[in-house]
Amino acid sequence: MLDYVTSYLRSNTTPGQAGNLLWAFIYIILIFLGLSVAVIAMNWLERKILAHMQVRLGPMRVGPHGLLQPIADAIKLLIKEDIMPAEADKSVFWIAPVLIVITAFTTFIVVPFGPTHAVTDMNIGVLFMLGVSSLSVLGVVMAGWASNSHYPLIGALRSSAQMVSYEIAMGLAVVAAVLMTSLHGIGLYGVAHGAVGDGTLSMIDIVKAQQDQHAWFIFKFFPLGLIAFFIFAVAMIAETNRAPFDLPEAESELTAGFHTEYSGFRWSLFFLAEYSAMIAVSSIAVTLWLGGWLRPFPTWLTGETWDLVFSLFPAATFLLLALIALVGTLRMPKHPYFRVQTLGLAGFAAVLALIGILLLLPPVRDRIQDIYWFSLKVAGFMYLYIWYRGTFPRYRFDQLMRVGWKVLLPVGLGVLILTAIVGVLL
Amino acid sequence: MSDPSTNISHLELGDRNETFLDSNELVINMGPQHPATHGVLRVILKLDGEKVLGTECVIGYLHRGVEKIAENRTYAMFNPYVDRMDYVAAVSNGLGYCEAVEKLLNVQAPPRANYIRVILTELNRLASHMLWLGTHALDIGAITPLFYTFRDREEILKIFEKYCGARLTTHAFRIGGCLYETYDGFEKDVTNFLDFVTPKIDEYEELLTTNRIWVERTKNVGKISGKECIALGVTGPVLRASGVRWDVRKAQPYAAYSDFDFEIPIGQNGDTYDRYLVRMAEMRQSLHIIRQAVGKIPEGPIMAKVPKVIKPPVGEIYHSIEAPKGELGYFIVSDGSTQPYRLRVRPPSFVNLQALDMMVRGQLVADVVAVIGTLDIVLGEVDR
Repeated sequence: MLDYVTSYLRSNTTPGQAGNLLWAFIYIILIFLGLSVAVIAMNWLERKILAHMQVRLGPMRVGPHGLLQPIADAIKLLIKEDIMPAEADKSVFWIAPVLIVITAFTTFIVVPFGPTHAVTDMNIGVLFMLGVSSLSVLGVVMAGWASNSHYPLIGALRSSAQMVSYEIAMGLAVVAAVLMTSLHGIGLYGVAHGAVGDGTLSMIDIVKAQQDQHAWFIFKFFPLGLIAFFIFAVAMIAETNRAPFDLPEAESELTAGFHTEYSGFRWSLFFLAEYSAMIAVSSIAVTLWLGGWLRPFPTWLTGETWDLVFSLFPAATFLLLALIALVGTLRMPKHPYFRVQTLGLAGFAAVLALIGILLLLPPVRDRIQDIYWFSLKVAGFMYLYIWYRGTFPRYRFDQLMRVGWKVLLPVGLGVLILTAIVGVLL
Repeated sequence: MSDPSTNISHLELGDRNETFLDSNELVINMGPQHPATHGVLRVILKLDGEKVLGTECVIGYLHRGVEKIAENRTYAMFNPYVDRMDYVAAVSNGLGYCEAVEKLLNVQAPPRANYIRVILTELNRLASHMLWLGTHALDIGAITPLFYTFRDREEILKIFEKYCGARLTTHAFRIGGCLYETYDGFEKDVTNFLDFVTPKIDEYEELLTTNRIWVERTKNVGKISGKECIALGVTGPVLRASGVRWDVRKAQPYAAYSDFDFEIPIGQNGDTYDRYLVRMAEMRQSLHIIRQAVGKIPEGPIMAKVPKVIKPPVGEIYHSIEAPKGELGYFIVSDGSTQPYRLRVRPPSFVNLQALDMMVRGQLVADVVAVIGTLDIVLGEVDR
């Protein structure tokens, strides 16, 4: 038994490939917990960052600096009355949010947080991810239809049209990236590298190809990789229905779009799914173009010293966060009313510092590094999502379709063809 | 069934080409509780997919019978009521009413009062336009400008509060002039505000004017020609954006407007984008007017000689001013008593709202929201 548990730790494959169901299960639980925490954190961060962009403070009341606001919201949503319209199609009304959440979470099976840190590595990883994530449109349509109400119906129609048309552009960009795994070509730095393996659809092998070619695909065949990345970056916002493509839930037109009739727990499932989907597509983008778990400057800053410096980043981040929390604690008003909050923030700082110190230990440091760089890149995308939301007005439906079909699709095709030509010629 | 005129199904179908794949129109109800209808406007939309086939406005949810109330109040007592019509431009409403009654009484407000009136009214125009910009941008999906404009509008409201104690329903003016003398440091406050807000307007423009999505969402949306505007009685920035150079401040100068040098910004296309540009230019012109006025407020009394009990002679009067939303007119019939015999308000929001149907027909649902925003209506004024 013990052997079964420890044997996997010495292997260098994912639990899925190793056939170790126990560890696969542990990974699934970890990802599930991690995602939930990420969504909660994202909720708080989005409100805070957006608030600061809009010259206001954001949540400040529940816990120090509103840190407990997402938890308060979650509790509110769970104990709220769950209203189902009398004319709604009961079963479909129930299935829709569940379906969306399942698709959003299932995609994470193949997301490689590190060379071995994934539930499994399929040889069709990218295809699997795109396929599963595109199922969520079904949930949206079902939600809109089952509500039996005009606004959700229009929202659902918009959403399905939007998701379907942007998936094509998205797919083309992905194909361009997949093509790059098999093409030797030259990197951004003008250095020709030796032969690399065959083309692959496996998420882990795509990152490994970037490692072997010494170029993240965003820089490959400059500017082709960049354009393909750009297409994907635009399409993924449309795919997740976020600003400026948040037409399905354009609150100024359709109140809340396809989930207008939802409330309480079922609504919170939509919320959870939306944020998980954002993280999922960002993970694809990071994997395909930004070198997945690879640390930055792998070719410029090499050697043992740099390896050590970069491996200290995770600990440094947590210690920095701890420091910020500590400063926040010291700046709390000295009033008995704030005592609990001050203590809570101090505790939070202590936990962050503890994690930071834990990350300094060499075995942990080495294991956690990949996950850290991956998460950092995904977090960058999350920040972009919030930034877009704070900056852009919303596209109109016909304009959205035009951008999708008349701009992204032809450009995507062009990039794909050029990538193939350039790759073969060079 | 031989005679087509008696064929009921034929009549019902009209001349639509029915096929077995034919779809029905969708009638949806927008409002009165809808985030983008700026209050309690209810619009019934007839949609073909996303395309708007027609609209019907249902108004009156905020009807308080202001005009009827006027008949049961003395002239001075009615004064605060006008603030509640266009509550985001209460100062302008008060100015229009006071000037109308003054005209009826044949009284001239003293020059100092007129200058104070101009400064406050123009500040109010800025406040109103800022609120319009924020909500209009919010309707189109840009959420950030709202907070910027509300932050800056706050400074105007602070000046109002310091001047007359109220922020929104100010009741700043009285028949015959102003009740309150300017407070110490009023000029300094206003000048400071001008210096503060000038770069802020650039800031709003930076976010929107050249923003690709903003331009696409507003260009060629809700087009209306100058002729149509005149036919419908549409006034204000909507009319000027259609290329008609009509501004009551220039055409029939009131208060002290003839003393100042300012321009009337006009647009060409009469679309939502032009209306946006016109209002932005108007904000700058307002700043220009205030800057001229604040330096040379004349000394002297702030109240003309008005009898304690206002009893205008028998007669009728129509007086209009350029409110932020368009031409705001008051028609007062006096029977020589202390109360108006009849008072009729020409509210710019109400008249401008008429153009909604014409502007959105054939456009998309999202444009309805943009057009309601660009008409800059206040339901308190529409329903009165």
